[in-house]
Amino acid sequence: MTDAAIAPLLLSTPRPKAVTTEQPLVRYALIGVAIIFLVVFLFLPLASVFVEALRAGLGTYFASITEPDAVSAITLTLLIAAIAVPANVIFGLAASWAIAKFDFSGKSLLNSLIDLPFSVSPVISGLIYVLLFGAQGYFGPYLKSENIQIIFALPGMVLATIFVTFPFVARELVPLMQEQGTQDEEAALSLGASGWKTFFKVTLPNIRWALLYGVVLCNARAMGEFGAVSVVSGHIRGRTNTMPLHVEILYNEYNFAAAFAVASLLALLALITLVIKITLEWRYVDQIAASRRH
Amino acid sequence: MDARVTNEVNSAAGGTWPLSWATRWETPMQVTIENVVRTFGVTPALHGVSLDIGSGELVALLGPSGSGKTTLLRILAGLDVPTSGRVLFDGEDALKLTVQQRNVGLVFQSYALFRHMTVLENIGFGLRVRPRSRRPSRKEIKRRALELLDLVQLSGLEKRFPAQLSGGQRQRVAFARALAIEPRVLLLDEPFGALDAKVRRELRRWLLEIHNKTGHTTVFVTHDQEEALELADRVVVLNHGRIEQVGTPDEVYDQPNSPFVFSFIGESSVLPVRLEEGRVWLDSRPLDLPQGNLPSGPAQLFLRPHDVEIVVDPERALWGTISTHRRHEGARRVELSVGAKNSRVEIEIPADLRLELAREIAFLPRRYRLYPASAQG
Repeated sequence: MTDAAIAPLLLSTPRPKAVTTEQPLVRYALIGVAIIFLVVFLFLPLASVFVEALRAGLGTYFASITEPDAVSAITLTLLIAAIAVPANVIFGLAASWAIAKFDFSGKSLLNSLIDLPFSVSPVISGLIYVLLFGAQGYFGPYLKSENIQIIFALPGMVLATIFVTFPFVARELVPLMQEQGTQDEEAALSLGASGWKTFFKVTLPNIRWALLYGVVLCNARAMGEFGAVSVVSGHIRGRTNTMPLHVEILYNEYNFAAAFAVASLLALLALITLVIKITLEWRYVDQIAASRRH
Repeated sequence: MDARVTNEVNSAAGGTWPLSWATRWETPMQVTIENVVRTFGVTPALHGVSLDIGSGELVALLGPSGSGKTTLLRILAGLDVPTSGRVLFDGEDALKLTVQQRNVGLVFQSYALFRHMTVLENIGFGLRVRPRSRRPSRKEIKRRALELLDLVQLSGLEKRFPAQLSGGQRQRVAFARALAIEPRVLLLDEPFGALDAKVRRELRRWLLEIHNKTGHTTVFVTHDQEEALELADRVVVLNHGRIEQVGTPDEVYDQPNSPFVFSFIGESSVLPVRLEEGRVWLDSRPLDLPQGNLPSGPAQLFLRPHDVEIVVDPERALWGTISTHRRHEGARRVELSVGAKNSRVEIEIPADLRLELAREIAFLPRRYRLYPASAQG
């Protein structure tokens, strides 16, 4: 068709309109509802955490986060995350490798079991460990005789955290590894690479961004976990309090400035996590399975 | 895209070949497959396949999907193990060797290039992962990789990543990577399957050149009969986990030994006929075709569209009513309905033959095969 031939057509239809689009009013209403919702339920609370934290002044703020109990809570939180996250990276890699690259009976069962912590209430997750390792638990007497303390101590809190954060890495890796298949590995093996070399030089680089993404999510949850850890911690000040538990105690004691000061650290962590998450999603969109699933 | 394709043609025609290390093997490996059976659960994928692959031979494993051709290739590579049977590399039991020890060059349909490595790093991978005692120096690895890049006519692209290459270029890198380990045998799994028709034809020619230069014993899997006939010294036709026929391209095309091979390789039409009194009968008419040495009784007549000749006298010839006709390259394809059973037969006639007034055409096959009616195609 020449330009002359289509010109009348263009004139007769004033403006091409997308077929699927809504009326302007409907569009603005939908956008408005979404924005109001975000402001009221997400932005305001987050902002109020920082406002409340700084209400009594910077001096009180720094005093609240540097007093011994707060420091102990921060250290403990970092320590738990430092153990739970690597543990779940190893577990996540092993499970996704097994699910994505091998065929075995019970594979779909394993695949659904990974999601179990998502569907179990965190309080129940904590309670499981009390039932197993507590003084009245199955292994209680034995542990007591061997003088091993699990519940109301670091091991119990690490276990509870691992349980709760257990799906994050595996959930990121399984779909990606399934999609990538095994041919890269087969090629590497046929070129003479050993199993370990294949893993470190081929498999790991293929999944590195998805792995980092999973680690970031896993870490955020590990540091912010309240329910499961609360059950097994025993709330011993300066010894078994993590940051979320410390915030709760301070709040219950009407020490709002200190509570919000520690809470602001957790909120900051959430913001950093969000930035890393968005950066990863934006830069490596094709290598992160999650961004396609959600 | 068009510019790139033309480029590939030009370089394929005028490339120069470095032969410093990628020279011909003095004695390429012989592969012997003895009675190999592979079952997955209860489903047999290969029922006792035996095959000898000669030194330096280019062999095609041809068959429809599910014929077991890829399973056989994976067994040769060591990525799969046979349920029973033996595989010998130069008389040595290959099943005792791991994938790594077999030293085979493997090329996949999906290229399987390492996406986080540059072209040069991909090619050098097999040398870099060798144990220290057998690993060439960094400089030597780079030199060899660059040489191979030149062999596959991709010089200048060494710093690219796989995602920055066209499909044809990726497959050439995969070839170079496989050749870098100086493999004893090259195993290609549908190497051109993911490429478009034009690039595929060019790479076929290119593969033949590489094969002639390096002389590797090469086994490739394909479902494309044209590819198999054009490339291979010998074609192995597989169906349902069994070898139907092994032969040169001429043998499998001109003397297919079963209805399956006849209909799988090349185009064909089938007519139900009877063999009696030394002739071929269609319905109750004797044809001008001898019975051959087959026993009397019902049979199937296989013929190829281009192997027919139009005859003037319909007496003792096949004839049919024209149902459709269409242009097919330099000729015209006519679909006829033949005989009392209205069997559909396709024949090829010169494009300039006028068909406007004709309703029926009489013809005789120049070449054909008869199979007893019990044989399944």
